Amino acid sequence: MEKRVSPDQSDQIYFFGTCLMDAAYPDAGMAAIRLLEAQGVEVTFPQDQSCCGQPAYNSGFIREARAVARKQIRVFAKPYPIIVPSGSCAGMMKHHYPDLFAGTPDEADAHRFSERVYEWSEYLATVLEVKLEDRGDPLTITWHSSCHALREMDVIRYSKALIRQLKNVTLVELERETECCGFGGTFAVKQPAISAAMVKDKVADITRTGASTVVAGDCGCLMNITGAMQHAGVAIAGKHLAEFLWERTNG
Amino acid sequence: MGNHTRFDFEHNVTGALADDQLRKNLRKAMDILVDKRRTVFPDSEYLEQLRSAGNAIKRRALKQLPRLLEQLEVNCTKNGIQVHWAEDTAEANRIVLDIMRRHEAPAIVKGKSMVSEEMHLNRFLDEQGLEAVETDLGEFIIQLNHETPSHIIVPAIHKNKDEVAAIFHDKIPDTPYTEDVEELTAIARRVLRKRFAAAKVGLSGVNFAIAETGTLLLVENEGNGRMCTTVPEVHVAVMGLEKVIEKLSDVPPLLRLLTGSATGQVITTYVNMISSPRKSGEKDGPKEVHLVILDNGRSRMLADPEFRQTLLCIRCGTCLNHCPVYVRIGGHAYGHVYPGPIGKILTPQMEGLERAGVLATASSLCGACGEVCPVRIPIPDLIRRLRNESYDQDGSAVVEGGGYKKNLAETLVWKGWELANRSPLLNGIGTRLAGKLGKRIPRVGPLKKWTRVRTSPKVARCSLHERARNEGVNNE
Ligand code: SF4
Repeated sequence: MEKRVSPDQSDQIYFFGTCLMDAAYPDAGMAAIRLLEAQGVEVTFPQDQSCCGQPAYNSGFIREARAVARKQIRVFAKPYPIIVPSGSCAGMMKHHYPDLFAGTPDEADAHRFSERVYEWSEYLATVLEVKLEDRGDPLTITWHSSCHALREMDVIRYSKALIRQLKNVTLVELERETECCGFGGTFAVKQPAISAAMVKDKVADITRTGASTVVAGDCGCLMNITGAMQHAGVAIAGKHLAEFLWERTNG
Repeated sequence: MGNHTRFDFEHNVTGALADDQLRKNLRKAMDILVDKRRTVFPDSEYLEQLRSAGNAIKRRALKQLPRLLEQLEVNCTKNGIQVHWAEDTAEANRIVLDIMRRHEAPAIVKGKSMVSEEMHLNRFLDEQGLEAVETDLGEFIIQLNHETPSHIIVPAIHKNKDEVAAIFHDKIPDTPYTEDVEELTAIARRVLRKRFAAAKVGLSGVNFAIAETGTLLLVENEGNGRMCTTVPEVHVAVMGLEKVIEKLSDVPPLLRLLTGSATGQVITTYVNMISSPRKSGEKDGPKEVHLVILDNGRSRMLADPEFRQTLLCIRCGTCLNHCPVYVRIGGHAYGHVYPGPIGKILTPQMEGLERAGVLATASSLCGACGEVCPVRIPIPDLIRRLRNESYDQDGSAVVEGGGYKKNLAETLVWKGWELANRSPLLNGIGTRLAGKLGKRIPRVGPLKKWTRVRTSPKVARCSLHERARNEGVNNE
């Protein structure tokens, strides 16, 4: 894995918790923060942060998206790297903010902000070069790639590299790993029938691996997949990568 | 299909999703096409270079489109090809009709052409008492069954072999039932040979029209395209105006991208380059060649720097093959000529948002289409743009029907969302409230749709904000 150097040489980093993690997966959020801290960096969680703006951005409400995005740019003002435990939110902040603010007075700030954004597993694997020691029992898991982690951030190899450091964990890959789980933010409620067909197939794919846990790096996908598994009575656990790694290494 | 019946996407989707056979057929076919493409482009670095070249060539062509079209006309005319301009599909249909009438042709033999589908030419000719005969095997099958193409490259992809066998048996007189592919092909050939022999006028599409030389390039695998363009006395080619490219040297990369992306072939069985009608002393070839250049909303797309990218499309169909939505609902559900990701951006621009804007909602924005598009059309970005235009908050929409979805309720919801996410206080109250209510949050609206196949999301009693604060993580 290529070694990267953080743009800011101090050991200060920002953590952006994402709105979904904030409301529904705070354990994963705390695990993500603790794993960063365990590498000797100092994590700041600005209490004024909220959402990256993607829900409105993808729904046709670009003005509202911009207002919320601007808020984040203001809140994360210091030159620290911004670590995001979601490929989707990271993709929004890294690749769409420049477009969102193109031609506005905040354009330059948006660029400077975007340059500092890292997806969480990417930062751990490439900048911090974390070494994980597995303390858990033997376990077979499978991995779900979120579309934006895969295609916008291109960080799946980092997430998987972290998993592969765990000596007692066997990773069985999905047959259609690169296919969308059907979440897509408001897509799931604007086209519920298509979304349902997609997540049903995803659950079937997960079930075929024989894994007892599915790990993912995005809370949106996780909420969709675990919700569908529970509804269908499939007894497979779903976990965010951060929570999974934290449990394995501190268990 | 098309304009005659009202387009009800939800109804179409429900029907398609309930059809297990359809989904099985589609999945199998798409897997094969995706696999073939992967095999023909084993070197991803080379593919990425090629895609950049394809994008650059088409961009360069669009940049000087009016000039290139003029040059194409001049050079085609020099070569003896008669050029016609059609602003809309009605005009294009009339041009074809006039040519057929002049030659007293009761029928036209057709090679595969999506523009002719866009024109609804078959239906139009039928209304005039004339016949259109589809000669591409896939098109032939669905014409027998009175259907429209469900895919822009493989029009009968939604049918499996057994279904085709049944159609042949039912619809072609004196045809014994057979599932043998060779035999089925032989039957089609037997029927079509007669039609070719009798036809006075043949029609084809155009893959690339080369301005520099006045050449029409057409790829195909069955030879029916060559028959349509050489056997009848008259050949009519129809194309959208974005098909023009600058020069002959632009062809190799584009051709490689087109056949590789479409069918996973290094090259198609036939590559036809049509430069003129039969010259004196030549023994075959049509006596007249006509080129119909169709606009049908394309100039409007060209005028917008972002939407213009729609016209980069070379109609390879690979975005359909890779689309998780298309593979589940199939082409007919989209209710229009162009299905799949390209249809989602093309159809609303052609038909207006009011009629077809719903297609822009049928995407999870997963990005699979944009990742494979050989000319790098940022399809998800254009879908997002169409969503913006549907609400048209700032009155800047350029697509017809812009703002058709504007409504107070939804605007208020997003305004509320904005306020909550700009004010840490409101945000905290909202999350805490949701956490306290837990399962008692009423399952109405979006939540009702969500919980049809999923359990309710569980809002934590204590948010990450609170946890971080209580557990000593730095703030600011
Ligand atoms: S949009 Fe791209 S992938 Fe889709 S048909 Fe056109 S060229 Fe092919």
